[in-house]
Amino acid sequence: MGRDIALSIRRDDAIAKISGEAKYTCDVKFENMLYGKTLRSKIARGKIKSIKYPSLPEGYYIVDKDDVPKPNKLKILKSDMSVFAQDVVNYVGEPIALVVGEDKEIIDNILSKIEVEYENIQPILTLEEGLNTKEPIYGDNNLFADYVVEKGDINEVKNRASYVYEGEYETGYQEQFYLETQGIIADFKDGKITIYGSMQCPYYIKNALLDFFKADSDKIRVVQLTTGGGFGGKEDYPSLIAAQAAAASIKCKRPVKIVYDRDEDIEFTTKRHPSKIKLKSYLDDNFKVIGMEADIILDGGAYASLSEVVLQRAMFAISGVYNIENLYVKGRAVATNKAISGAFRGFGAPQAFFAIEIHMEHIAKKFNLNPLDFKINNLIKRGDKSSTGGTFRDEIKLKEMIKRAEIMSSYNEKKSRFKEERKEGKLKGIGMSLFFHGGGFTGSGERDHIKAKVKLLKKIDETVEILISNVEMGQGAMTTSRKIVAYTLNIPIEKVIFENPDTDRVPDSGPTVASRTTVVVGELLREAAEELKNRWNENETLIVEADYKYPEGYEWDGDKFKGDAYTSYSFGVNVVEVEVDSITYESTIKNVYAVYDIGQAIDERIVKGQIDGGIVQGLGYAGIEVMENKEGRFLQRTSSDYIIPTSKDVPYIYSELLCEPFKYGPYGAKALGELTFVGSPPAYALSVEDALGLEISNIPVRPENILEVLRHGK
Amino acid sequence: MKIFLKINKKDMEFDIKGSETVYDILKSINITSVRKSCDSGVCGLCTVLLNGKPIPSCSYLAAKADGGHITTIEAVEEEAEKFGRFMNEEGAVQCAYCTPGFVLTVMSMKDNLKNFDDESINKYLVGNLCRCSGYQGHLRAIKKYLGVAE
Repeated sequence: MGRDIALSIRRDDAIAKISGEAKYTCDVKFENMLYGKTLRSKIARGKIKSIKYPSLPEGYYIVDKDDVPKPNKLKILKSDMSVFAQDVVNYVGEPIALVVGEDKEIIDNILSKIEVEYENIQPILTLEEGLNTKEPIYGDNNLFADYVVEKGDINEVKNRASYVYEGEYETGYQEQFYLETQGIIADFKDGKITIYGSMQCPYYIKNALLDFFKADSDKIRVVQLTTGGGFGGKEDYPSLIAAQAAAASIKCKRPVKIVYDRDEDIEFTTKRHPSKIKLKSYLDDNFKVIGMEADIILDGGAYASLSEVVLQRAMFAISGVYNIENLYVKGRAVATNKAISGAFRGFGAPQAFFAIEIHMEHIAKKFNLNPLDFKINNLIKRGDKSSTGGTFRDEIKLKEMIKRAEIMSSYNEKKSRFKEERKEGKLKGIGMSLFFHGGGFTGSGERDHIKAKVKLLKKIDETVEILISNVEMGQGAMTTSRKIVAYTLNIPIEKVIFENPDTDRVPDSGPTVASRTTVVVGELLREAAEELKNRWNENETLIVEADYKYPEGYEWDGDKFKGDAYTSYSFGVNVVEVEVDSITYESTIKNVYAVYDIGQAIDERIVKGQIDGGIVQGLGYAGIEVMENKEGRFLQRTSSDYIIPTSKDVPYIYSELLCEPFKYGPYGAKALGELTFVGSPPAYALSVEDALGLEISNIPVRPENILEVLRHGK
Repeated sequence: MKIFLKINKKDMEFDIKGSETVYDILKSINITSVRKSCDSGVCGLCTVLLNGKPIPSCSYLAAKADGGHITTIEAVEEEAEKFGRFMNEEGAVQCAYCTPGFVLTVMSMKDNLKNFDDESINKYLVGNLCRCSGYQGHLRAIKKYLGVAE
């Protein structure tokens, strides 16, 4: 073949996107289309005593709980969320009804006249309140999930440890802030609901709607439109909007479009789970970590959403890249009366890696060890067991990667030079983080739930169409999928077609999450393309399918959390360099150096784009992206208050790949998108710590908090 | 009230309400490349050029633009394509929802920015948010487009 799949090619979706021709949901109009706007709860928790709707002008409609089938529960993983509030509300902004009509001003006017009378119930607003409540929001104990992961024998370790170190770490909310807000159009015609919109997971929407409307499979069709970013935020939430829009279209007998305003999207849609993590490490006399106890608490918000799986990923990642033979990890996802915490790039791993990386650094400081030597002394290597007792089967190149990052960043030289410069008042610092990301679904999701299927369609003009349900949302799926197929078939990329998925045409190859589009679906496409290649001359047109097979030799017990939680691991090393203003304590991020093992890069340019974007999003999470909730309302709820990095906030980013291919990934590819996010928050916090000579255990790192610590200690 | 605008080199007259913005006017003549998001002039998605300078059309009152020349991406097709090639080469095109606004700001930068050093370029771009790229690809692409790449 002689071609290098990593060599970058022109993105096919680029031209239409640059020229503004690409049609996103807000650009799509149907004949007779109406608009829907959401009436939302004004209180954090309460019973709805009554709703008074004003008389409606001709052509305007109210759609609420009375317009949807019983029991009015939307199935995400659990079925705990109403599509329109039934009789209680559990967070500020919970949807109660839609006002639907032609003119947005008239809709706003109707919304302003609706009177909802509530009976307030004491809301649960903190994790502590959620853990100790007598009035649970969810179940008997107010926990969406309550798990334990054990490895080895922690009690035995407690007796023989020479040193013990304990720390507590906190991370805050983060809003995905995809540039295109949530948007869905529903069109009910001839007994069939068609959903168009901005989404990551067409079949999640289809399945949620099938369950909700108790419809036959051929009566729900979901079509993805060009999607302006997702980052996890368009994994579960679009199912809710789709159910509402569908109910409206059924009632009004016209297409109904819902597109969120930015403020609505910031305040009411899903966010990254805030976390509180306690870690207690047991060390022997050689400062080898021989055991660790972890207590992970995630703030799940008002409804279960994906919290249980987010929690699992956080728990499985909590020992980081370190070979800790004895573990006791407790994890709880707590219900609170706040917006739903959902999926966001990294899915629990960023919280865990922040905690373990800071923890390891603090242990080293406490016992006067060189942090990097201490970390290297504890690193996992091939053959070691993961937190769940699975095996790291592939070569782990972390030592080499650390060396490379040290050279790229002049780490040791800067570490000592900055120390000197600090004596002269220049608050410079440098920090390094080591991390991994497990590729694809956690546990046996692929094998037991998704069972992905892909199709390739060879057409009479000798083009090949990819039929999968995974979407292009900016991450490059269109390009990488086409490359894999073209490369395998040895045909020009122009001959391979990828259209936005339509569930009436494509099989369920699963959701667009967790890097599985490249690692799992990409491998299925490669297999299908191999078969198509062998059968190419069999017929003028051909359809070839491939089904997911769980890789041989891997094991997973989802009840006991034992075995291979992931089949592949990607690794990373990040170095962040900052300078902190000695008066305002604001930090300027100067440079970031990053080395990754992502297996085989499928397109180096797309990889670079993911690296740059992931690192900057992580830096935002750890630095300027502050979202606080007070009495049930977010204080930062507009784009003027919730600040994401601008072009002026970003450092120079130098990155390299040092890769170990994965046997079961297409051409050796492993996970990428989430990995690039995971490492920069701890590296940033450690660089600020270095600059200021104090301990940081919480993100976002805010200047006012630094000032507080400097004035009053912890 | 009546206002006159030149939109993409075409003279046009509008009868507007006082509260209408430049964005509203552009939507009324079916220009879809301009998109609204924050509705407060923060994100830059709705950027158009008014007399060659970028403005957030979502919060810029149409009355205030009376007599001015509005340029949207449709009118700078050739240059946008030229710059777009660099964007594409540098991996700056991802979800691209922000891209039309970005391109217009860069077109204006080319005519109005005096120093093309990194700091000045980044400062000029500060009103255009992007959540995908980390702005690194944009910076590399802009420097190549302006012929100032090392």
